[in-house]
Amino acid sequence: MNGMTAVLPTVVASFLASFVEVVEAFTIVLAVGLTQSWRPAFIGSGLALVVLAALVIIFGPLLGLVPIEVLQFSVGALLILFGMRWLRKAVLRAVGVIALHDEEKAFAKETEALHRQARESRADFLAGVAAFKAVLLEGVEVVFIVIAVGTAHGLTLYASLGAVAALVVVLAIGIVVHRPLSRVPENTLKFVVGLMLTTFGIFWTGEGLGVEWPGADLSLLGIFAILAAASLALVRWLTNVRSLLAAEAAE
Amino acid sequence: MNFVRAVVTEVLGLFIDDGNLALLSLCLVALVTVLIKFLGLPPIFGGLLLLLGCLAILAESALRAGRSRR
Repeated sequence: MNGMTAVLPTVVASFLASFVEVVEAFTIVLAVGLTQSWRPAFIGSGLALVVLAALVIIFGPLLGLVPIEVLQFSVGALLILFGMRWLRKAVLRAVGVIALHDEEKAFAKETEALHRQARESRADFLAGVAAFKAVLLEGVEVVFIVIAVGTAHGLTLYASLGAVAALVVVLAIGIVVHRPLSRVPENTLKFVVGLMLTTFGIFWTGEGLGVEWPGADLSLLGIFAILAAASLALVRWLTNVRSLLAAEAAE
Repeated sequence: MNFVRAVVTEVLGLFIDDGNLALLSLCLVALVTVLIKFLGLPPIFGGLLLLLGCLAILAESALRAGRSRR
């Protein structure tokens, strides 16, 4: 069951999803470090990582007590909600209905807020809280992704490795460039992650309900391909509709 | 308190962005469950229905968002 057909998508999904979240957290921590000082940035981030580790230590073993079919069904349903949300946003961003996420803009916004707080006596504390919040909130998503894509097939270790690899890669790039990672093709990554999470969601919800997918784990690739083709067609169709409407409005 | 609210909002926000999308997705999962477990639909057809249903819900949600934000 745990052949490469299941391990590879698990590691890739965990890596890509975590990569996007770590980039967003990194932007805020970098703003704190460069604007205020590195001490609150490190303390805030460190405390958040401790809280996240505690969440994993507390909730990880509890999941082992849940029967596998119930676990697959419930995690699958949550992954459908989670993945469809990512996919919808990525489609709408690709079409231009909502703006692309801009790390430079997020960095500037956070820097401005920190500058405003800089004169306050507890500026260091507030900067630390900003770093703590960013790492904790983005980290909660990473923890969910790792547990969700890993647990249902007993691949949590591989999913964790994907997330740790994303953290290492983002930190390595961040240390070298020393600025927000605004050139990361975030929407493309979110599109792929949305597709992968929805694929896992459909697959596991089905398995939890007793579906014997043709080709077992290989059907993950088939579900992914169908979702990808349909989503790209949706983007193309919505783009055409918007162009036509814009042309009509201009006449 | 604000911080706790932010965490709760963030956790809920993991799954719910467009309320309709979330509700329809849950209804789809519930429908497929009922069809397979209580009405004897062969599970593989339930799986296919789940896949097609997700695509239909995604298309409806994206189209609706496109219309409302024009």
